[in-house]
Amino acid sequence: MKNFFASRWGIIGVGAFIGILAPLLQKWGNPGNMGICVACFERDITGAVGLHRAAVVQYMRPEIIGFVLGSLIAAYLFKEFRARAGSAPIVRFILGAFAMIGALVFLGCPWRALLRLAGGDGNAILGLAGLIVGIWIGTLFLKSGYNLGRAEKTHTSVGWLMPLTMIGFLILMLIFPQIQDQPQSGVLFYSLKGPGAMHAPLLISLVVGLGVGFAAQRSRFCTMGAFRDLILFRQPHLFYGLLTLVVVAFITNLIVGQFHPGFVKQPVAHTMQLWNFGGMVLAGLAFALAGGCPGRQLFLAGEGDGDSAVFVFGMIVGAGFAHNFGLASSPNGVGPHGIAATIIGLLVCLFIGFTMRKRA
Amino acid sequence: MGTIVDARGLSCPQPVLMTMDEIKRMSKGEIEILVDTDTSKENVSRAALSKGWTVKDVKEEGEGYRVTIVGS
Repeated sequence: MKNFFASRWGIIGVGAFIGILAPLLQKWGNPGNMGICVACFERDITGAVGLHRAAVVQYMRPEIIGFVLGSLIAAYLFKEFRARAGSAPIVRFILGAFAMIGALVFLGCPWRALLRLAGGDGNAILGLAGLIVGIWIGTLFLKSGYNLGRAEKTHTSVGWLMPLTMIGFLILMLIFPQIQDQPQSGVLFYSLKGPGAMHAPLLISLVVGLGVGFAAQRSRFCTMGAFRDLILFRQPHLFYGLLTLVVVAFITNLIVGQFHPGFVKQPVAHTMQLWNFGGMVLAGLAFALAGGCPGRQLFLAGEGDGDSAVFVFGMIVGAGFAHNFGLASSPNGVGPHGIAATIIGLLVCLFIGFTMRKRA
Repeated sequence: MGTIVDARGLSCPQPVLMTMDEIKRMSKGEIEILVDTDTSKENVSRAALSKGWTVKDVKEEGEGYRVTIVGS
């Protein structure tokens, strides 16, 4: 069967789909310019299960659950579910952890960088520039033979572990729903103020997540891959999707009154431009070395890729480190140890890039 | 018989990189690429087309696909 989503119009359609829904999620309750942010939402999940205790960023985000399960459904419907694992899992875990730390120094994943730009946040320009530089460094490693090695086919149950984890998270959320003005419900933590307290209704978030997960699995949508393929192969296929996302999100923001151009007082953003740039260099490099943006890692995990699942868990643990050790930024600027963590992260990524080359 | 590129088990963008390297090395002829995901199958086919090669055949094989591309 021909996969329409993998065509040029398919990827443009998916970009438009996300470009409309992300700003609407913000309209329905999600934080500013954060209709969808894979890094921020995974960070909130980390907080919801108490792996960090930053009171303002704790919420079990149904969008993330939907991304994985939507991808799982698409993969099964189109016979693309393939359980596989075993390609340098420890490296993928570390890359996930540092990708998250870099993203939280900037305050957003590549998706949110685009959505921040579409909402008028000028600081996103520095973040995107950093992302591109990070990916460019990653392509240099790829060109010189960097390779994480082969994954192998494995038991179907291995591919199910991430989707089952997400189903478990959903069940926890249903057993322990948010209680008005209470910071805790059973084992789950909920923010009373800050971005963690801002969210669209559960059912809407879940349904949008499922839809985006389904469409992104079919189209192979990847914000990192968009830049990587353009730099490495001069191939603009994924880039068309990314461009459509920005343009459509910009138009949607204009229509619903969410476009506010400027650099200062942007929602959940800071103006320390060197570190907006530096954080995303780290994140972009880590994504490029791991082979996909954080959204793509979720969709791959949904279609049975155990190594991508390890990357996702690396991001969740990275979020724990970021908030327990003061690495994450806030609207006031970078955290007390954010700069040190960014530099260490870059050194670790360079170590991985230089030492894991076949033709080294 | 053409050259065979075994890209099974490799994650993005390795299958495309290996295909591009082979296209550059051979400049014409037939290359068979073994991949094990639909994404790799699509990416490899797209890369070949962008280099002016044609996709002659895509066969299901084992847990994946055998993509045959031809350059002239």
